[in-house]
Amino acid sequence: MVFFAPNLAWLIPALPLLGFLISAFAGKRLGRPASGYLATFWVFASFAVSVLVLLGLLGMEGEHRRALVPLLPGGSEVPWISIGNFTVNYQALIDPLSMLMCLIVTGIGGLIHLYAVGYMAEDKDFPRFFTYLNLFIFFMLMLVLGGNILLMFIGWEGVGLCSYLLISFWFEDIENSKAGNKAFIVNRIGDVGFALGVMAIFATFGTLTFYQADGKGFLDQALLKVTAHGDLTLAIATTIGLLLFVGAAGKSAQFPLYVWLPDAMAGPTPVSALIHAATMVTAGVVMITRVSPIIVQSYVVMNTIAIIGVFTAIFAATIALTQNDIKKVLAYSTISQLGYMFLACGVGAFSAGMFHVTTHAFFKALLFLGAGSVIHAMHHEQDMRKMGGLKNKIPITHLTMAVGWLAIAGIFPLAGFWSKDEILGYASGYPRFGMILYAVGAFTALLTAFYMTRLMMKTFYTNQRFNEADLGHGHGHAGHDDHMQHVSAHDLHDAHDSHDSLDAGHAGEGGEGELAAQDHSHDSHTGVHESPWQMTFPLIVLAVLSAVGGLMGTPWANKFEQFLEPSVAPASLYEPHEGLPLLVGLGIGLALAVAGILWGLSVYNKHKAAGALLTDEQRTAGTPLGSLYRGSLGLWGVDRFATFLGIDVGGAFARTMAWIDRNIVDGLVNGVAGAAGISSEMFRRVQTGFVRSYAWVMLLGVCLVVASLLWPILSHH
Amino acid sequence: MLPVPTVNYLILSGLLFTIGVVGVLVKRNPIVIFMCIELMLNAVNLSFIALGRHFAQINGQMYVIFVMAVAAAEVAIGLGIIVNLFRQKETIDIDEVNLMKY
Repeated sequence: MVFFAPNLAWLIPALPLLGFLISAFAGKRLGRPASGYLATFWVFASFAVSVLVLLGLLGMEGEHRRALVPLLPGGSEVPWISIGNFTVNYQALIDPLSMLMCLIVTGIGGLIHLYAVGYMAEDKDFPRFFTYLNLFIFFMLMLVLGGNILLMFIGWEGVGLCSYLLISFWFEDIENSKAGNKAFIVNRIGDVGFALGVMAIFATFGTLTFYQADGKGFLDQALLKVTAHGDLTLAIATTIGLLLFVGAAGKSAQFPLYVWLPDAMAGPTPVSALIHAATMVTAGVVMITRVSPIIVQSYVVMNTIAIIGVFTAIFAATIALTQNDIKKVLAYSTISQLGYMFLACGVGAFSAGMFHVTTHAFFKALLFLGAGSVIHAMHHEQDMRKMGGLKNKIPITHLTMAVGWLAIAGIFPLAGFWSKDEILGYASGYPRFGMILYAVGAFTALLTAFYMTRLMMKTFYTNQRFNEADLGHGHGHAGHDDHMQHVSAHDLHDAHDSHDSLDAGHAGEGGEGELAAQDHSHDSHTGVHESPWQMTFPLIVLAVLSAVGGLMGTPWANKFEQFLEPSVAPASLYEPHEGLPLLVGLGIGLALAVAGILWGLSVYNKHKAAGALLTDEQRTAGTPLGSLYRGSLGLWGVDRFATFLGIDVGGAFARTMAWIDRNIVDGLVNGVAGAAGISSEMFRRVQTGFVRSYAWVMLLGVCLVVASLLWPILSHH
Repeated sequence: MLPVPTVNYLILSGLLFTIGVVGVLVKRNPIVIFMCIELMLNAVNLSFIALGRHFAQINGQMYVIFVMAVAAAEVAIGLGIIVNLFRQKETIDIDEVNLMKY
């Protein structure tokens, strides 16, 4: 048999699965850090296979870069489900899109595994953590590799499960379990949409396979605008597209299903970086891109995706402006960036969306890992109001995060600049309301630059607002990582706002008391410290990627777009208009990024000079911004509204239904039983026990039977 | 000599049957009740044979054989029950045997 690299594809998910099994059954025996390094090894091994497969794919002609290969060793076609002429195979679709995602998932996933070896070093459940991480990588690879939408759905549900397990990893704190439940439940809403979409696809096209060699895959059909029963009409495409988008919006945290993602920060920081920034949350974008031949058939779906995307982008950005928890800022930033990706999908720029997925995976993983390093250095303090002045204390973290900051803000020539401006350029060329989309997106870019500057200023550049000697005491085991964020925002204000304006030496005492009350352990060192090499190495690699990663998609030589071409719907299907001139778009993008950064620097530098940093609340008090500030800090009431809708209204509804069930439904059932009981109580008296009375009754009965038989005969005569 | 008309047999059969029924209803001794049941069975047997002759059919006589076989088995079981009943309760008055009630 000729060697064909894509035939190795089954190894890509198999290696992390093997790692999962080893960790699950032997993780405790391997101990730490061996089990962590072993788990890391499997992911990097999978990365190596992915590179091999990619090379094999690149060896094929550009137009035909697509291969269906079995996902089981041996290379034979093994049907998974076979009913009548409906067959679902264990097949992987090897094409540029799936290989791109494989590289991101295994590459960045491997780095984050390595990081976690350092970050989780003192956690008592170290092997369990890596078991979940390996399982996540496996499911994520199934999601991106699946040759049919059902396999993708399996992976989709699997990553949801792992997300749940990892968010509530420190389940001893009930808040973490609740955050996990929230993520799981909100995702269910989206998954209903996805599941219905899968059924609609089967009903329409008669198959669930994306592409088939005989051109009968449902995307093959969609490209030709046909279905199994006739033409692909607007109504069919709209139905399927919207259903799938509901699924994508749930997984990728789009308005209004984004509410779970900020809470998901309750998980360990490597999880936030891997699952809730770099990979899983982009699954919705990947899925929409995968089914792009259907999406582009309906302008309704495209409008919806673009509007929801751009609205999510600006909405989440406004919330990110005011959050005080360093991970919350990044969480809302992630939601905002995901909004950009959906904006790209909505305007038909699928490869631009995937480009942003890629660059975002670099710089947001970098920022999250950097934030994790800060939190590690600060002994599990996440409140930025109690940081400051970390620039020289943790230089590697600072420098690498600075790269991430400039990259996400969109400074030339870092990664975010190219991908964000490519999306905005395509948005401006959208035939229906492109300029509006562009304006909102561009304004969001300004906000992005501002809030990231705020994060950097508060963390690294402003005066130190904590007492270094106090830190060691607060260092509980990692389970208390996120303790602070669950104290309600209001309490935090009362407790700590006053400290923010104080000089370094005095600040933070009140807050530390709370932490000191928790049990602490293990490491005895106090003070701010740089993280171990397992953590700084991934930071450096990701910083390099964030810096140069955008160069593969410059507008003049867009290698990235050419590479993805075989996987996305051709532009001829949706006919974009000419957008803004290229240089004008890039110029405006850069100008906005610089403006946002300068704005942030000026706001947070002004108070530095006075020796103290005013809180945002103090700064905006008395100005028209004050109410805006409080609105944003209160998440614009969305979470409160969701609670009202879910707990108050939903609860009342549930209680009503429970009452109906208990009293009316159960009443009916119990009533029938009761009636039977009462009547049998009456009729049992018939059983007297006297044989002769039975004989009488029998005689009477016989007489009646005979009479009724004879009556017609006798009356006839 | 004229043959006895069929209707006479039927009247006799009806009389015997009625005596049997009344006996079953009024007697309290199960042995007497048994005898009355035998009487009812034999009344039916009589009408079977009479009608069999009347219609010149063999079926009537055939049924009688069956009835007699079943009756013999029934008596065997019934007497067994009565013996056991007496051992349990020291009486065979069927009005005393009334455990199977509400």
